[in-house]
Amino acid sequence: MRKDAEAMNDTRWPEITFWRLVFLVLAATGTVVAILRYSRGLGATTNLSDQFPWGLWIGFDVLTGVGLAAGGFTITAVVHLFNLKRFTPIVRPTVLTAFLGYVFVILALLFDLGQPHRIWHAIVMWNPRSVMFEVAWCVMLYTTVLALEFSPIVFERLNLERPRRIVRAISVPLVIVGVILSTLHQSSLGSLYLIVPMKLHPLWYSPLLPVFFFVSAMAAGLAMVIVESSLCQRAFNHHLEMDLLEPLGRAMVVVLSVYGILRVQDLARRGALLGLRRPGYEGSMFLLEMGLGVLLPIILLAIPRVRARQPGLVTGAFLAILGFVMHRLNVSVTGMERAAGVAYFPSWMEIALSLALVAAGFAVFGLAVRYLPIFPEAPHRASGVEAPAWLLARSASMVAGGSPEPLSPPSAPAGVK
Amino acid sequence: MKGAILFDSTKCIGCEACVAACKEKHDLPAAIDPKLTAYTWTVVEQRNKAFVRRLCMHCESPTCVSVCPVEAFRKEPSGPVVYDASRCIGCRYCIMACPFDVPKYQWDRTTPIVQKCNMCADRIAVGKEPACAAVCPTGATIFGDRDQLIGEARVRLKAAPTTYVPHIYGLEEVGGTSVLMLSSVPFPSLGIRPDLPVTPLPTLTWKALSKVPDVVVVGGALLYGIWWITNRRIRVQEALAQEAAKKG
Repeated sequence: MRKDAEAMNDTRWPEITFWRLVFLVLAATGTVVAILRYSRGLGATTNLSDQFPWGLWIGFDVLTGVGLAAGGFTITAVVHLFNLKRFTPIVRPTVLTAFLGYVFVILALLFDLGQPHRIWHAIVMWNPRSVMFEVAWCVMLYTTVLALEFSPIVFERLNLERPRRIVRAISVPLVIVGVILSTLHQSSLGSLYLIVPMKLHPLWYSPLLPVFFFVSAMAAGLAMVIVESSLCQRAFNHHLEMDLLEPLGRAMVVVLSVYGILRVQDLARRGALLGLRRPGYEGSMFLLEMGLGVLLPIILLAIPRVRARQPGLVTGAFLAILGFVMHRLNVSVTGMERAAGVAYFPSWMEIALSLALVAAGFAVFGLAVRYLPIFPEAPHRASGVEAPAWLLARSASMVAGGSPEPLSPPSAPAGVK
Repeated sequence: MKGAILFDSTKCIGCEACVAACKEKHDLPAAIDPKLTAYTWTVVEQRNKAFVRRLCMHCESPTCVSVCPVEAFRKEPSGPVVYDASRCIGCRYCIMACPFDVPKYQWDRTTPIVQKCNMCADRIAVGKEPACAAVCPTGATIFGDRDQLIGEARVRLKAAPTTYVPHIYGLEEVGGTSVLMLSSVPFPSLGIRPDLPVTPLPTLTWKALSKVPDVVVVGGALLYGIWWITNRRIRVQEALAQEAAKKG
């Protein structure tokens, strides 16, 4: 498994590896569930009810999915607005992750909506007082922005010079719009819950929910870049840029600390911390979320020796992602159960479809890396390792084509007009 | 006239004529569910030796109207909060957000819609009262102008202060509702939420939403400024380097 052999393999049928088998099983189950969901309805396939109308597909696929794709706006801002050009090599994989993340969130929504064929209604039927309306518009617009930010990679592959230049000309405004849209909807996903002060448990309900959602998404986005780079290294033999990822780990310490302090301070101010002296179900989940998913990664990543090595950095980032997922699920499920009067646990079909979407995301990412210049620097950096044939071919063509690239220019001043 | 319903729990005998009338009026299946569902829009519950009706409270500032992304809900000037199924995308935010847990979903259908009491808006439009009020044999459910009904409720509270708990439910809850309730037992013991704020819930989300233009303008200016400064710094450095190269 995860050998570069797959890339060198030129036969028509790809060999069966462990992870491909996993993907096939998940994809097959997901397809069956998708058919069942559309033929039998939400009631027959999910454990949703009038008491619990939002479950895993909203809590994980949408709330978590959008947050984990937040690396897109932070990294593009760092490289193109703060002009820290040394982070350029991670722009493309991050933008790809973000774009795929949003596409799969929209796909997931098509399963969760009761009237998926009317998803376009939000475009023509406006209710500017609805948080959901704002989220819908921001997600639509930001997915478009991400598609544009990603498009130069496709144009480059297809040798389309003109459209590439057009997108390059608008790259800075595009990044600015992307950051604003992300700020708006990342926080608005939290605002969705502002309207249920009597339903959401006081450990999670706060007037600051939008701030918490935004700050935690920034940390999760950075953590995803770290974990994803590590996965790419294993899957594609791609060199791990520790000198780029280590500062991200350091940034995570700052963001997570701000987040942790805000959360605890807010709870203390509202008197909700007192309930933790005898933590029940909610209290335990809260302590797990904050301890394992916020405090521990802060400690790990704050120690320079731990942060500077791949296992420590990746563990810290992974824990932060775990904490992020737990926060979103605690807001959407744990914190809502008491008021609903029923316990909710997703049906196997809800879980299977969510897993299938994640698997599909991985698969499309793999295909994109295989057929598009996602890691332009890889051949040079990874020269010590056996570079797969296709990568060498790619690098050769890139050297031959050799024109500067819009959204992630290989040399520092290239983004400057 | 702003239509409203006054439900007086002390007059209710639990005959469920209102439920039957509602079922008939809206062509709903005759079987009565014990709780509100997509097919039972009102129920009469017996709690603590008192009867209480459940139905849409028809808020003055309805949460469902505010949360719906496609404006499928509307508050009519005549009182009812109505739902247009043809706009609904099925996000179920209304079900999740309603402080009274009223909107219900057709979980058994493949393309379900939300269902709830609409105060018989079509009857009100032609000058009739809602079906439940029309059939109520004891006057427990009456229909009328909201202000007049509030006056009537106050009269009843004053006339029999020992019978009633001194509270008109719906007068102020979440900014007021078009269904008002009187009871001889405390409202929490009827299973009616006592903890609702007097400010309409949509103000909570509006506080966040109203900041959107600020974020766009301030954020845009700030980000452009950051880019301008960092970009200029790079260009100055380049120019200096070039000059140094020329000299050297």
